Amino acid sequence: MTDPANRIADIVKSNDIVLFMKGTALFPQCGFSGRAIAILDRLGAKYETIDVLQDPDIRQGIKSYSDWPTIPQLYVRGEFVGGSDIMMEMYENGELQQLVGAEA
Amino acid sequence: MPMPASEIEALIKAAIPGAEVTIRDLAGDGDHYAARVVSGSFAGLSRVRQHQAVYSALGGRMGGELHALQLETAVPSQLESEQ
Repeated sequence: MTDPANRIADIVKSNDIVLFMKGTALFPQCGFSGRAIAILDRLGAKYETIDVLQDPDIRQGIKSYSDWPTIPQLYVRGEFVGGSDIMMEMYENGELQQLVGAEA
Repeated sequence: MPMPASEIEALIKAAIPGAEVTIRDLAGDGDHYAARVVSGSFAGLSRVRQHQAVYSALGGRMGGELHALQLETAVPSQLESEQ
């Protein structure tokens, strides 16, 4: 088993838009993850999701990797964007749409 | 595990002196809060860094003892216009 930080680095580098979340896009297991999915779907963004509930190493690892205590966490082109609150704020002011390059 | 709003406010104010902290108990159960933190010390910081400052003030409780804290951070408006 490779180091979780290396696995996370691989994930965020190989996916343009990736959401670390609880559950799946179809069945989010937490309201905050559900909100993050709703925002990405509203923007028509193409994204990957990683279900941290399926992988305890990633679940813990992503918190230290991003220095962020909660899930969900959004990465765009290898950069940590934030959790669902920041996503909502950026969605409302149009920044997120610009970042994910999607048309509303 | 409930945590009183006053404790959240005190922790944030202790770590970010002069911060203006508004906390709402969203569900009335002492476990789902929304906080707005306004501080001049946020000037020039990205949103991620501003939120990290608040999480660090909560000293590891976020994501554990404190499950649900919707967070909004801002710089006081008079400072913002100077940027």
